Amino acid sequence: MAALYEGYTLCGLVPTQNPPESGIQGIELDRDDDRVLVTDSTRSVTVYKVSDQKPLGSWTVKQGQFISCPAVYNSQTKEYVAVTNDNVIRVWKTEDVNIDQAFKATVSAEIYRVHSVPDYEPVVLFRRGGVRYLDSLLTAPQQPIEEVLLEDEVIRWSTMVRTEQQLLVLFSSEQRGKHFLYVQRFSPNTLVKHQLEAGPHLSAPLSYAATFREEHIHLLYWFPNGSVYESVLPARHPAPAAAEEVQALPRSLLLQLPIGEGELRSASALPLDEAHVAVVGVSHPSAGTGKDYLCLWNTHFQTLQASRELAGKIYGQVWCYYGKLFVTHGKTLSVIPFECQKSSLAAALGKLKQTRTNGNCRSSLVPSWNTLPHGDKPGKSRGVTTRRTVRRAHTLRTNMRDAICTHSGPVEEVEQKVEMFLIGAEQAEQQLAVGRLVCELVARCRAEPSFYPRVSLLQLADTRYLCHSVCPGLLTLALEKKDFRLCQVCLQLFPDIPEAITCACLKVILGIPDAELECVALEPDSLHLMKALTQGPVPSNDDGGEHNGFCPAPLEEDGGGSTAPDAKVTPAPLDTSDRGTKPCKDLPAIYMDCPVGLHKGALLNEVLQTAYSDSLLLPYLKDLTVTQVILFLQYLQFLYLKYSQDVLPQIQALRMPAVTQIMEWVCLLLDAHFTVLVLAPEAKHLLSGLHKFVKSQVKLFSELGKIEGSLQVLKNSKQSHQTGQYSIEVVELF
Amino acid sequence: MGEFTVHRVRFFHYMPSAVRALAFQPQRQKIAVARTDGSLEILNRADHLFQEKVIPGREQRGTEALAWAGQRLFSAGLNGELVEYDMQELREKYRLDASGGPVWTLTCNPQGTRLAVGCEDGTVKLFEVCDDGIQFERNLAKQKGRILSLSWHPSGSRLVAGMAGVIWVFDAGTGQSVHRLLVERGTGAPRSKECVVWSVVCLSDGTIVSGDSSGNVKVWDGDTGTLIRNHQVTKWDVLALSVSQDETSLVAGTSEGTVVQFQHLSVVLGREDKEWVQTRTFKNHTHDVRAVLELDTAVVSGGMDTQLVVRPLLDKIDVKTSASALRKIHFPHRRLVSCSRTARLLLFQHRIHLELWRLGESEGTGDSLPIKRKPEKLLHLKTKGEEHICCSALSPCGGWVVVSTVTNLRLYRLQCDETISITKVSKLPKVVSSANQICFSSDSSYLFTASTCSSVHVLALSQSGCTFVCTLKPKSCKRTYNWPEFLVSASRTVGHCVLDLVIVCVQAYCTVPVYSSGVTAMSINPATNNLFMVHADQQIFEFSLEQKQYTDWSRLVHRKGLHPQWLERDTPVTNVTFSPRNPAHVILHDMYMFCIIDQTLPLPERNSQLVNQLTLRSLPEKERRAHSHAFKICKTFKELLFVELLEDQSLVVIERPLLDITAQLPPPVRQKKFAT
Repeated sequence: MAALYEGYTLCGLVPTQNPPESGIQGIELDRDDDRVLVTDSTRSVTVYKVSDQKPLGSWTVKQGQFISCPAVYNSQTKEYVAVTNDNVIRVWKTEDVNIDQAFKATVSAEIYRVHSVPDYEPVVLFRRGGVRYLDSLLTAPQQPIEEVLLEDEVIRWSTMVRTEQQLLVLFSSEQRGKHFLYVQRFSPNTLVKHQLEAGPHLSAPLSYAATFREEHIHLLYWFPNGSVYESVLPARHPAPAAAEEVQALPRSLLLQLPIGEGELRSASALPLDEAHVAVVGVSHPSAGTGKDYLCLWNTHFQTLQASRELAGKIYGQVWCYYGKLFVTHGKTLSVIPFECQKSSLAAALGKLKQTRTNGNCRSSLVPSWNTLPHGDKPGKSRGVTTRRTVRRAHTLRTNMRDAICTHSGPVEEVEQKVEMFLIGAEQAEQQLAVGRLVCELVARCRAEPSFYPRVSLLQLADTRYLCHSVCPGLLTLALEKKDFRLCQVCLQLFPDIPEAITCACLKVILGIPDAELECVALEPDSLHLMKALTQGPVPSNDDGGEHNGFCPAPLEEDGGGSTAPDAKVTPAPLDTSDRGTKPCKDLPAIYMDCPVGLHKGALLNEVLQTAYSDSLLLPYLKDLTVTQVILFLQYLQFLYLKYSQDVLPQIQALRMPAVTQIMEWVCLLLDAHFTVLVLAPEAKHLLSGLHKFVKSQVKLFSELGKIEGSLQVLKNSKQSHQTGQYSIEVVELF
Repeated sequence: MGEFTVHRVRFFHYMPSAVRALAFQPQRQKIAVARTDGSLEILNRADHLFQEKVIPGREQRGTEALAWAGQRLFSAGLNGELVEYDMQELREKYRLDASGGPVWTLTCNPQGTRLAVGCEDGTVKLFEVCDDGIQFERNLAKQKGRILSLSWHPSGSRLVAGMAGVIWVFDAGTGQSVHRLLVERGTGAPRSKECVVWSVVCLSDGTIVSGDSSGNVKVWDGDTGTLIRNHQVTKWDVLALSVSQDETSLVAGTSEGTVVQFQHLSVVLGREDKEWVQTRTFKNHTHDVRAVLELDTAVVSGGMDTQLVVRPLLDKIDVKTSASALRKIHFPHRRLVSCSRTARLLLFQHRIHLELWRLGESEGTGDSLPIKRKPEKLLHLKTKGEEHICCSALSPCGGWVVVSTVTNLRLYRLQCDETISITKVSKLPKVVSSANQICFSSDSSYLFTASTCSSVHVLALSQSGCTFVCTLKPKSCKRTYNWPEFLVSASRTVGHCVLDLVIVCVQAYCTVPVYSSGVTAMSINPATNNLFMVHADQQIFEFSLEQKQYTDWSRLVHRKGLHPQWLERDTPVTNVTFSPRNPAHVILHDMYMFCIIDQTLPLPERNSQLVNQLTLRSLPEKERRAHSHAFKICKTFKELLFVELLEDQSLVVIERPLLDITAQLPPPVRQKKFAT
């Protein structure tokens, strides 16, 4: 799940002489996450405060000079660095009014770009491939710079990536239709050259992007036919021998975007996290061509997550800093905040199941692909509130969320804030925020054993925006804290609980004494079901003998099934009085008491209804102790007996385990603990009772099978009504 | 069109016999089918699997194996004799005792020069195929026990023989055994029960594949004699094996009624080393599959349930057409029933006897009429000798019955007024000794028999007896006879690639233009003297005998093309007849429908509904005219053997439900089904 929020304009674009250029050379980070450094294509550098859409300062070079690469902020020295006229490095501070009076140094070769990341020394990349640290260059500006690239090779793109220990400069070059990627590592300085695979229909890549995660550099590059490829490079130093020759770079197709007819000209792709890519310059698959969109794609599931139509011409420029996308289009530079949730299949699909079982009690939470591209939020508030207030409300809520996360106050305050947050937020926004919030709260609970916002967690779980993949720690935390209400809610609502956790739940529930559970407030509906089950058969005003012709007599006598119908003619009152007075042998087999308390039963019912795969569940089931297994089997037998009686139609519960679920659990339990149950003396009575009842059922079903066969014959014979050897019929032809 | 009273007859208890062996002739695309009653059928695969030729069987002659040697067809059976068939005359050419006891198997080497025969006494006998017969060449080393299956190595140098519990590999040059492969009985089988190798196949790389009674298909290395692979296909027997020409696919028929396909595939993609992998299972039979053929694009199988199934291998077929659909052949592609229109009599042809029935009568109205008089079986006429009936006919007046076997033709005079009397006409002309096709002229005054040498004999019938008139030979000199009507006889013995018709008419003699597909049914309309023909590819032609050219209607049909649904039907039309009242009405039928063609109505449009009777029924009277077209198809009656229109405009429909045939089959092997 990912969403784009309401965007706003940071600044207008200066019209340029050559139209395909946007007028902006680059956007770089300034000292904090709310300030950016915008370099336009001619002569000026401006610092903006993003949330206020306000420029804080601006510097312009003299007429006749031009800024040749985007200015960067050097966080080491708190200075700005820019390059003018390709080979003059300018360094100035915020207090400097005039850039021309600031420090400047002329170097001996043309500079391609200066790269800077926070907490590291900026790096200067020269046109011919040489790389120097800024400080070492400034100490000797006229030092000779080596030529790395060949005669007709030119740099197309470059970036700097910060890994765990070191910096890397990556740049790509083109030479007569061949594309190469250089990886420059420092201390020791090594340069590795890779050749990009050339496909039959692939021309030059449109855009590149590189990110570092999980000890590898992920390079993303995009071809004009809409295919986005990914290549993975090791971040560590390669074997030294490999540095000499050109290595081929293997690639894999990450995403194939629908582009309609023709090829893309100006477009750009930017990875946001491991599963999401922001794409600008491609039309929405369901919208017509000619319109340009900013789209968020999920590369795991190849789905479009969010999109926004952009007015005006697209320049194919997009930057991303601190959860905000900076896009140039038309005559404006827009800032669009976004949010990406951890991508999980259950978040997208698992809710289908929930909405089905819950019927109409809640509207569908599955994001509809049709509504997303056009309106990211329900439009009801848009009419009244202006754009700015919406944005302000959003930032307010974001702040509130962050406040809750970072808040270190007592439980009550947190609970209050969570409630506030839930009241204010809208649906799509909640869906994204709730998962993160719960994760933060769970993390805090783990850190501080005394902290446990019981009410808040329940409220958050009750929003139904959660699934186990989004907040993996919640259910285990609830188990540890013995918060069975939360457990119940999670078991009900999470479609993707792993089998290990299900079994852990089962173990805890079976192990806890009934008395302790009785004080827990569980969902009333589940308790109602348990009450109805434990009330036992109502000695109702039955005047027609046994219900549904159910006859307990043949249970005991194996061969005596045929005599049973005769015995059934006995009047009904006698039968009921029998049940009451005489402890008939076979009655206990059918009317057994509930072996567990109401609350425990209700929780066990929830476990029975969770989704599982039996081969995965089986190994975890083996962890249960003998007493737990026997208790659980007894409970399952109790349920099975109840279901076989006529109490079932009288119970009106929203959720109750199906008889097939019960049978499958019985089978699984017997399977997992076969030898244990055979050896345990206390299980013997239980097993023999179960066997007796199953045997009677099998007998019943085999009789039903016979009836089915003869009914089938009757039905067939009715279809072919004419079986005689000869008949005279009348047929009319038209 | 109106209402028809339909006599729905189900008392013709026709029972086909089980398929025992199959053989394929790749050059001419012919499939030979041997049935357990000794009869032989030749199907043309190139011509919509039309059953071109039928050679009737005889009692006490069970065929066990079939083999083509070039264009020549040989069979062998448990009576210990080898038989070569005459494909022109549709009879046995000669028979030869193999003198080794019952013969279980017979194969011809790929070169078509030698026949190998596996006998009860444990010998494999080699016969040389000469121009005028076969000549005993030698015995291979004698073994203990019967030889049940044989296969030649494609080079013809080796011969593999399957027996009970063992497979022998012989050198065909020296006659000595090279290898002995022991076939173990399956696990759990009783010790007394030996594993019988029902079928072996030898591939060109020396691999030997065997199918045995313990349900295994075993792959052996023929050079070392080691077992490479064992596939347990069934719990019961694997009865038949067949390999494709390029040796990439192999099929096995089992007692369960399944046909299992194996393919020679590389287990790892892109690797060279290939293995035989079990890929698909087809279940189209209820009983034992006794014979299979792998024909590259299709699998043909037949067995105890008497049907022949042609199952397409869809991965080998590029364009899916009606010709590449699954086909099941249940009934013979010829008439087994003849009908007297005026006397309301039916003559049923069984294997060795004829049955004559009189139709019942009814009164009253309604959908299903009450029967006033039940149908009556008048006669049960058994033939003498061992040979099965080849063809039979009942004259339109109901006064004559003629029946022919391969060697003998008998004509009977029939009188059935109050009492039934039948007298054999004693003095038949000597030339008329047998016939492949028989028909009467429509006034029952002449009898035409098509017999050997593509000649047609003409006999005149009268109260006193019959006299020989003449013999017609194709492409012979012109003779004119003053007959009241035309006679057409398709000389089936000439071969159906060339359709050669002999037509004798009042003044002229002419030949209908040749068409590539065989004629399945044809008839002359007595009112218009037009010859109406239906071919195996479902095309319809009408030829005017007076003008010696196709009629305008026929030209219209071919200019416009027949409806696609009509062309997609997979059973041939087996009878054409005309309405006695309205000469423009032609009645035809195949196995699943009968159709009345009204030649005055427009032809159906290509995109319109062909079977539109239900639609028309629902329309009001006025609109029906606009929607109706020439083909009036009725699908109420299924599994039809015969349809005829009587004098009084009532229809006779003879059905033989497949369920009734299945009910008479022996019980299949017992299979455990779930929940029984």
